[in-house]
Amino acid sequence: MQHVSPVREPLVTGGKTYHDVTQDVCRQVEAAPNIRWMAALSVALLLLGVFFYSVYRTLWYGIGEWGLNKTIGWAWDITNFVWWVGIGHAGTLISAVLLLFRQKWRTSINRAAEAMTIFAVICAAMFPVLHMGRPWLAYWVFPLQNTFGSLWVNFNSPLLWDVFAISTYFTVSLVFWYTGLVPDFATIRDRAKGPIAKVAYSLLSMGWKGSAKHWSRYETVSLILAGVSTPLVLSVHTIVSMDFATSVVPGWHTTIFPPYFVAGAIFSGFAMVLTLMLITRVVFKLEDYITIEHIALMNKIMMVTGSIVGVAYITEFFIAWYSQVEYESYAFINRATGPYWWAYAAMMTCNVITPQLVWFRKVRYSIPLTFILSIIVNIGMWFERFVIIVTSLHRDYLPSSWAMFSPTIIDVGIYVGTIGLFFTLFLLFAKFFPVINMAEVKSVLKYTVDNGPTYTGRDPHHAPQPVTTHGVPASAPVNYDKHD
Amino acid sequence: MTKRFALGIFEDEDVLLHAVENVREAGVKIYEVFTPFPIHGIDDALGIERSRLPIAAFFFGLTGLSFALWMQIYMLGFDWPMIIGGKPHIALPAFIPVSFELTVLFCCHGMVITFYAISKLYPRWRTPVLDVRSTDDKFVMAIEVNENTDMNKLTQILRENGASEVNQKEMSKF
Repeated sequence: MQHVSPVREPLVTGGKTYHDVTQDVCRQVEAAPNIRWMAALSVALLLLGVFFYSVYRTLWYGIGEWGLNKTIGWAWDITNFVWWVGIGHAGTLISAVLLLFRQKWRTSINRAAEAMTIFAVICAAMFPVLHMGRPWLAYWVFPLQNTFGSLWVNFNSPLLWDVFAISTYFTVSLVFWYTGLVPDFATIRDRAKGPIAKVAYSLLSMGWKGSAKHWSRYETVSLILAGVSTPLVLSVHTIVSMDFATSVVPGWHTTIFPPYFVAGAIFSGFAMVLTLMLITRVVFKLEDYITIEHIALMNKIMMVTGSIVGVAYITEFFIAWYSQVEYESYAFINRATGPYWWAYAAMMTCNVITPQLVWFRKVRYSIPLTFILSIIVNIGMWFERFVIIVTSLHRDYLPSSWAMFSPTIIDVGIYVGTIGLFFTLFLLFAKFFPVINMAEVKSVLKYTVDNGPTYTGRDPHHAPQPVTTHGVPASAPVNYDKHD
Repeated sequence: MTKRFALGIFEDEDVLLHAVENVREAGVKIYEVFTPFPIHGIDDALGIERSRLPIAAFFFGLTGLSFALWMQIYMLGFDWPMIIGGKPHIALPAFIPVSFELTVLFCCHGMVITFYAISKLYPRWRTPVLDVRSTDDKFVMAIEVNENTDMNKLTQILRENGASEVNQKEMSKF
C-alpha cells in the first residue's frame, strides 16, 4: 500500500494505467525496427568497424601505432579508460544510491542507466587490455602463478587493485541489472506472439512468474545489492584515482584525488545519462515516463557534482602553491599556461562554468539547453582526464626528456570506435530489452495518481478512503512552491 | 501430476491485499499469489516469512574477506616473499582494496546465485503460467482445488472480496 502525499509531483504523467505502462514499454520491443533506429544503428556499426580496424592495427603492428613516446607513456588510452569508467558510475548511482535514499523517480531511468554502466565499463576495459600489447595474455593480471616459477601478482600495486575493482564492478552491475530485467522479460514473454520471441524471452526470464514469495526475495536481493553497490561504486573510482595518486609524479601525487575523481565520475555519468535519455524519450515516445521533472532533477545532481569538481580544481591549485613544492607548482602553472593551456581552458570552461548555468530554472527545464549542456560536460570531462594525465607527464623532473603528445589516427580510431561499440550495444539493448523497468514503474504509479481519481482500472466499491499524510487531507491546498 | 486451480483475478493491489486477508480468514488456503510488481505488505498478509538471504549475503561476504586476506598474506607473505617499495611482506593497508572488492564480489554473487537456486529460477524453453495477464496488469490469487471443493462457495468468497473474474485452470508440472 502506497502512502500518497498530496504535495508530490507526479512521477509518471498522462494518467497511465498498469496496462498502459506495459504497452508503452513493450511497444518498441514488439514492433519491427523503425527507420530512425536502423539509421542510428548503421552509424554505430560504421564506428564499430573503425574500432575493429584500429584494434587490428594495434595488435598486428603493436603499440607503436599509438602516439605514445618515452616520456608520455599514458595518454589517450588511459584518458579514455577513466572517461568511460566515470560515465558508468551514474548508472550505479541511480540504481543503488537513489534506491537507498528512496528516490522513487529513479524507477523510470534506472534500467537504461544501468545498461549504460555495463556498456561503458566494457568500453573502458578495452583500453588497459589493448595497452598491455599482448591482450591474449590478459589473464596474467589475475593471481595465477607465473609460468616459469611461483611468482605471484603484486598486491601492493594500484593497477592490480584496479583489476579487482573493475572486474567486481562489472560483474556485480551485470547481475544487478539482469536480476532487475527478469520480471520484465517475463512480461514480454507472456505477451509474445512469435515462436522465436516466446522461446527467447522464456529463456531470458528464467521462469519468472511473479509469485509473492519471489517478489519478496527479489526486493531483499535488490536492497542488499544496492547497499553493497554503493560503497563499491565509490571504491572503483577511488582505486582508479589511486593509479595516479600513489605515484610520485607532480600533479598526480595528491590526496584529494579519490573524492575528486568520484565526484567527476558522477558528474560525467549524469551528463551521459541525460544525453541518452533525452534521445531515448523522444525516439521511443516515453515522454510521460522520463518527464521534464526527471531532467531537472538530473540537472541538479549534475550541478552539485560539477561544483564539487570545480572546488577540487581550485583546491589543487591552492595546495600546489601552499605546499611550496616547486615541482608541484610548476606542474600546475604549466597546466594553465604551458603548451597545453587550451586543454586546460576547455576543461575549466566546460566543467566549472557551464554547470553553473543550471542554477537558472529556465536552463534546468529546457530540453535543448540540457542536451547541449550534457554534451559540453562530456567533452569537458574528457579534457579533464587528458589534462591530468598528459600535462603531468609531458614535463617531468628532467627537462631533457620533456616532450609533447600528438595522437595518431589509430588513437582517434580506437576512441571513436569505442563510442561506436557503446552505441551499438545501447541501441541493441533499447530495441530488444525493455528500456524502462515496468515492474518498478507500476509499483510507483499510484503514488503519482494521488488516490487514483484518474486511474480508471480501479473498482469504485473498493476504493480506499482518501489517504492522509501526517494529518494533511489529500485535498489540502498546496501552499508552497513545489518545484524548488 | 496435474493440479487444478481456482484463479481469482483482481484489478487493484489494495483490493487484492484485503482479499488475501479475508480469504485466509475464511479458512481458504491460498496456493500462491502472482502479481506484476512487488506489493508492500503482502508478505505479512500471506504469512511469508522474512527472507534469510541477508544472512546468507553476510556469510558470503565474510567468506570473500577471509579468502582475500588468506590469498594475499599467503602469496606475498609466505609463498614468495618480496620486498616491494620497502614495505613489509605483509603490508595490510595495501591489501585493503582487494579485500574489499572480493568481499563485495563473493557477497553479491553468492547471494544472487542462492536467490535463483532457492527460487528455482533457471532458463527454460517454455514457461507455463496460470494467467498471462499476471505479468501485465492483473493480480492473480491461485487456490488449489479438487473434486471435493465447493466451487460455488469459493467463487462467492472471491467475488465478495473484489475479484473481477474467477477462473479455473489445470496445470501439469506446476
